[in-house]
Amino acid sequence: MSHPSTYEPSTGIERWFDARMPIPRVMHDQFLVFPTPRNLNYWWTFGGILTFMLAAQMATGIVLAMHYVPTADGAFDSVEKIMRDVNWGWLLRYAHTVGASMFFLAAFIHTFRGLYYGSYKAPREILWILGVLILLLMIATAFMGYSLVWGQMSFWAVTVITNLFSSLDALIPGLGTSLVQWIWGGFSVGGPTLNRLYALHYLLPFVIAGVVILHIWALHVPGSNNPTGVDVKSAKDTIPFHPYYTIKDGFALVLFLILFAGLLFYAPNFLGHPDNYIPANPLQTPPHIVPEWYFLPFYAILRAIPSKLFGVIGLIGSVGILFFVPWLDTSRIRSTSYRPIYKWFFWLFVINCLVLGYLGAQAPEGWYLFFGRVCTLYYFGFFLVIMPLLGFIERPKKLPGSITQSVLGPGSHPAEAPPPVAREPVREGAV
Amino acid sequence: MMSTLRTVTAFLIALSIPSLALAEEAGNGHGPVIEAQEWSFAPPFGHYDKAQLQRGYRVYKEVCANCHSMRLLSYRNLGEPGGPGFSPEAVETLAAQAQITDGPNDKGEMFQRPGRPSDRFRSPYPNDQAARVANNGALPPDLSVMAKAREGGPDYIYALLTGYEQPPADMEMSKGMQYNTAFPGHQIAMPNPLVDGVIPYTDGTKPTVDNYAKDVSAFLMWAAEPKLEERYKVGARIMIFLLVFAVIMYLSKRAVWARLHRRDHAHEA
Repeated sequence: MSHPSTYEPSTGIERWFDARMPIPRVMHDQFLVFPTPRNLNYWWTFGGILTFMLAAQMATGIVLAMHYVPTADGAFDSVEKIMRDVNWGWLLRYAHTVGASMFFLAAFIHTFRGLYYGSYKAPREILWILGVLILLLMIATAFMGYSLVWGQMSFWAVTVITNLFSSLDALIPGLGTSLVQWIWGGFSVGGPTLNRLYALHYLLPFVIAGVVILHIWALHVPGSNNPTGVDVKSAKDTIPFHPYYTIKDGFALVLFLILFAGLLFYAPNFLGHPDNYIPANPLQTPPHIVPEWYFLPFYAILRAIPSKLFGVIGLIGSVGILFFVPWLDTSRIRSTSYRPIYKWFFWLFVINCLVLGYLGAQAPEGWYLFFGRVCTLYYFGFFLVIMPLLGFIERPKKLPGSITQSVLGPGSHPAEAPPPVAREPVREGAV
Repeated sequence: MMSTLRTVTAFLIALSIPSLALAEEAGNGHGPVIEAQEWSFAPPFGHYDKAQLQRGYRVYKEVCANCHSMRLLSYRNLGEPGGPGFSPEAVETLAAQAQITDGPNDKGEMFQRPGRPSDRFRSPYPNDQAARVANNGALPPDLSVMAKAREGGPDYIYALLTGYEQPPADMEMSKGMQYNTAFPGHQIAMPNPLVDGVIPYTDGTKPTVDNYAKDVSAFLMWAAEPKLEERYKVGARIMIFLLVFAVIMYLSKRAVWARLHRRDHAHEA
């Protein structure tokens, strides 16, 4: 793609494939020797972690689907049957629910990393947009997956979220209501709703996997951004993906798995809501309907806006606005590390998102509502006011001359030899 | 357009006049504060106390089961590893004490027979309506996953069972309701179920309300989370594996990246 292929098929079977469908060549060029900036920090390891999490969710999910019953009467009990009677069912189910949280944790960190280092700026706009699309698909998938448990919180979350479409009644009377009934497959949330959510929950991960492939493709054309935001200028600035980043990503993944396993084995319900262990009851509303933690900031925005239609627009806009970030940010500097003013606004934005998450779990009244509104204003103000204006006002710090100079110091003259690649055995300890 | 303006105005007005009152604890969906107890099954190395679970089953069967179902559990569960650990014979006996409705038989009729280990715990009422009629309109909830379905879990159950008190003088109680310190709203339809000495214990444990409440809370925790011990055991192995793996990965990463550092500083040597 972006760099000339260095692959030389050495065996007969490799030559056979290379003339027909060059999978070994693609693997070699895009995975083994792929030139990657030499200065990527640990925030760059979350791409690999996310790929792992998608695979893990699909693997556990497919087996769970073999035991799950997508009917209003059978859903809750079938989940409990998985927990009690299916071999290793408790592990599969907890791995899947805790896995969803870990997946979002990694996705949020990955997104904030892209935001901080300006990974959305030219020539990586499509890469970024595909990433936002994946985030949207993840949100849809997780929401549908949560509904399948068919506990009280599942049921009422579906009721609240599907009812949001009825806000369209404010535009064309009857449109929203008709749409909601079409989504429900009836006049209330029930068996038909559950069944279609299940079908879509099974479908969407494969769509995500497809978009992930496009995301990686779009990454491999311009190559990775890096913590300086300075473009790769010479071969000295890069190192082959393997072994340098396979081992670094691998180490980060193991650390991530320690956190995952800690939650999974010792506090699997810590991030869940106890109400979802009460079977769905259409006649009894829980005192306090809250989504899973990863939706809380968006939920806080929805409830901060005192109009149903505009609340829904705010909810959709809170993720949707990310699509436009490449053009909202007017600064030519990618990395926030070199933007002395923007840096403050960025970290305030991160704190703002955390506060929104906290507020999303509280009842929307009194000071909670007030701060919910302040935070919502800042959330959108950050994208719509600060990002566009700051690019004109701010005087960025001096950028390093190259990636290599940022690593080794401005006066450094690294050896001209190309970086050692996996093919060449390197004798450790040899002088 | 007008409605847009109105919304924006409403938004700005709403922003400028925050209501003064902070949300009440009850209005926020959280009940009263529940005191944490010490449990034998606390993570990361805990395990169920078999004798406690057996006593807890006894309390459940003698008291709770009169009104509360546990429809997700079977008698066979009582003998499975990681649980109360009743012997196979004891499980047979416990199951046979219940009369189970089975059928239809060859004549198309339902019939009663003694329970078998594969049967689910017998429910006290045939349906929710019957349960309500027998309980002043209140529905005794199923207890299968109760220990996971309330904030605080077993701590909450313990606090509830030991939380019956005289209502404060200024509190107006609804008809047929009892005052309970742990229950959200403090008015519970369930009468105080436990009295000292009502269930005899044979293992020397004092037959007090406090012990009954603790034992049945532990039993309900096992009922809700029967694979807890297995989970902790597998978890310990996985954590050890991951920690060792992390060290190996860290050293490997350093070794691999050292090649790069050697190259960069080769000219200095």
